Amino acid sequence: MIEAKNVDFYYGDFHALKGISMKIENNTVTAFIGPSGCGKSTFLRLFNRMNDLIPDTRLTGECLINGQNIYDKAVDVTELRKNVGMVFQKPNPFPKTIFENIAFGLRVEGINDKNFIQQQVEESLKSAALWEEVKDKLKKSAFELSGGQQQRLCIARALAIKPDIILMDEPASALDPISTSKIEDLIHGLKENYTIVIVTHNMQQAARVSDKTGFFMLGKLVEYNDTKKMFLSPEKEETQNYITGRFG
Amino acid sequence: MKLIKRCIERIVETILTAGGMITSVIILLIVIFLFKEGFGLFNSPSVEKGYSLCVNTENPIEKLNPFQIKEIFDYEIDNWKNVGGNDEEIILFRFEELFYRYSDEELGENDEFLSQKLGEIIRATPGIIAYLPTEYLSSDCSGIKVLPEAKISVGDFFGRKEWIPTAIPAPQFGVLPLILGTLWVSIFAIAIALPLGLGVAIYLSELAGEKMRKILKPTIELLAGIPSVVYGFFGLVVLVPLIQKLFHLPVGETAFAGSLILAIMALPTIITVAEDAMQNTPRAMREAGLALGANHWQTIYKVIIPYSVSGISAAVVLGIGRAIGETMAVLMVTGNAAVIPHTIFEPVRTIPATIAAELGEAPSGGAHYQALFMLGCILFLMTILISIAAEVISKNHPQRKGI
Ligand SMILES: Nc1ncnc2c1ncn2[C@@H]1O[C@H](COP(=O)(O)OP(=O)(O)OP(=O)(O)O)[C@@H](O)[C@H]1O
Ligand SMILES: [Mg+2]
Repeated sequence: MIEAKNVDFYYGDFHALKGISMKIENNTVTAFIGPSGCGKSTFLRLFNRMNDLIPDTRLTGECLINGQNIYDKAVDVTELRKNVGMVFQKPNPFPKTIFENIAFGLRVEGINDKNFIQQQVEESLKSAALWEEVKDKLKKSAFELSGGQQQRLCIARALAIKPDIILMDEPASALDPISTSKIEDLIHGLKENYTIVIVTHNMQQAARVSDKTGFFMLGKLVEYNDTKKMFLSPEKEETQNYITGRFG
Repeated sequence: MKLIKRCIERIVETILTAGGMITSVIILLIVIFLFKEGFGLFNSPSVEKGYSLCVNTENPIEKLNPFQIKEIFDYEIDNWKNVGGNDEEIILFRFEELFYRYSDEELGENDEFLSQKLGEIIRATPGIIAYLPTEYLSSDCSGIKVLPEAKISVGDFFGRKEWIPTAIPAPQFGVLPLILGTLWVSIFAIAIALPLGLGVAIYLSELAGEKMRKILKPTIELLAGIPSVVYGFFGLVVLVPLIQKLFHLPVGETAFAGSLILAIMALPTIITVAEDAMQNTPRAMREAGLALGANHWQTIYKVIIPYSVSGISAAVVLGIGRAIGETMAVLMVTGNAAVIPHTIFEPVRTIPATIAAELGEAPSGGAHYQALFMLGCILFLMTILISIAAEVISKNHPQRKGI
C-alpha cells in the first residue's frame, strides 16, 4: 500500500505540492489527472525518490510504502527503486541492444546467470506484449523499434526487475492511437500482479484504465475518488469543470 | 530599396561561396604540394647530384646501395668481399685528395690535366673507390667504371634504421627510428593522458559539486591555451632533471619526458571534450538507469559512458592528434637522437621535431628537403588513419544508428 501523509514539496522557493494526503491500495490502477504544471509528475516521482536528483528541493510530510517511510535515513534508495519501477513520458531505451535493455536491471543487481537472464528477458517481453514482435531481433539496437514498441520495451525493462509498484508518467502521450490502446490493454493485464499509478492528460484513458482517480490543481489534490464516481458525479465543481472540458 | 537589399544579399552570398571555394582549393593544393615534394625523394639519386662514384674496371662490383656506400666511407667496411666483391682492401679516394697529391702546376693552370690525373689514379689502384664531381670524369674512360646512379628506394626509406641526412657521399634516409620515436612518445602520452583525462572528466561531470566544477572547469580550459614552448620550457627545467634523478639516468631528455609533457598538454583537451559529452547525456538516460535500481556509479559506467562514447572518442582523437603533431615541447625535452629506442628512458626523435629542426638547413629541392616533406606526408597519413579509426568506432555504436 502506498500512502502520502500531508506532503508538501518545494523547488527552491516554489511551493509545488501543497498538503497532499492519499492512500493507494495494492493491485489497483490509480490515475492522476489535472492541468499542466499542477504537480502530477512531481508527486509521482516522490515515490521512487526521483526528485532526489534535482538540487535544492525540499519535502515535508511522509511518503509510506507498506508502512515504511521511504524518506527514512535507513532506506536504501536503490533497493526502493528496484521495488518501484518507473516508465517515463518519452520512451528512453538505452543505446544498447533490445536484449541488453531488458537485462540491464538484472545485471545491475549482479546477476550473471545467462540462462536466468535469457528466461527473464523472454518473460518480461511477453508480459509487455512485445515478445512476438522482437523475438527474432533481440540483438538489434533498441532504436530500431518504433516509438510504441520502444515504450513497451521500457515497460518490459521495468517489469524485469520484478517491482511491486509501477509508476507511469504519461506513458502513451507520445504514441499513436493503436500503440496507445496496446499499452492500455497491457496495463489492464498487469493489474493482477502490480500496483500501478499512471499520470495522464487523456480523460478517456483515465476512465478506461483506472480504478481510482486523483484530480490535481495548482499543487493541491482537489478530489480523489473511484473513477466511475469521479467521471459520473464528481463532488467538486472544479473537477466537473475540468472533466467536461470547461477548464483546461 | 528592396532591389538594393537583394543585391547586397547576392553579393554576400557570392563572397561567402567564393571564400569557401578558395579555402578548400588552397587546402587541397597544400596537400598536393606536400605529396609532390615528398614523392620527389624517390626520384633523387642516392648520391649527391653532380657527383659520381667510380671504381677500377677490374673490380667486379656492379652497384652499391646507399647503406653500403655510407659504411665504406665511414671505414666500417674495408674489404670489397664484404659487399660481394673480391678479397681486396677498399681504398677510399675523395676528390679533395687530388690537391694534396699533385701540385697546382701538375694539374695545369686551368685544371686541364685534372681529369687525366684522376684517371691515372683510378687505373693504378684496383681497390679504389672514388667520389668525384661527374664533370671531371675524363672522356677517356678506359679502366674507370662509373657505378650506376641509384635512386633512393622506398624500401630503404621505410626499412632502414639510419637517419643521417647530411652524410657524404650518401645521405641516409631511414625513417624507421623517427616513426617509432613518434609512436613511442605518442602512445605513452596517450596511455598516461587517457585514463587520467577520462577520470577527471567523470569526476567533473558526475561527482564534483557545483562549486568545484565552476572553479575547475575554466581553469582546465585555460590550460589548453598555454603555448607549447612554455610547456616545453617547463619540461626542460622541471621534468627533465626530475626524471634524470628519479630513474638514475645518464640524461633526463628521454622519450618518457616527451610523453609526460605531451600528456600534460593533451589533458585539458581530453577532459573538456569528454566532460562536455558526458554532460550532454540526456537526463532521461540517467533517470532510466537510476529508476532501474542502478546506483550512482553503475549509472556512470553503464549508462553515461556508453551514451557519450562518440564524444569520448572525439576527445581521444583530438588528444592523440595533439600528441602526434606536437613539435616544440617535444623537441625541447626528448633529446632528439634518431635511434630506435629500446626503453622509454632513452632519447628519441619524433617526426615533427625532425622537420622543425632540419628544414632550415636542408637546401631547397635537395634530397634532404624532399625527405622532410615525405616525413610530413607520413605524419599526415598517421593522423588521417586515427580519425578514420575513431569514426569507425563511434559509427558502430548503436547510439549513432538510431534516433
Ligand atoms: N526541476 C524543477 N525545478 C523547478 N521547478 C520545477 C521543476 N520541475 C517542475 N517544476 C515546477 O513544478 C510545477 C509542477 O511540475 P510538474 O512537472 O509536476 O507538473 P505536471 O502536473 O506533471 O505537468 P505536465 O502535465 O505538464 O507534465 C510546475 O509549475 C513546474 O514549473
Ligand atoms: Mg508531468
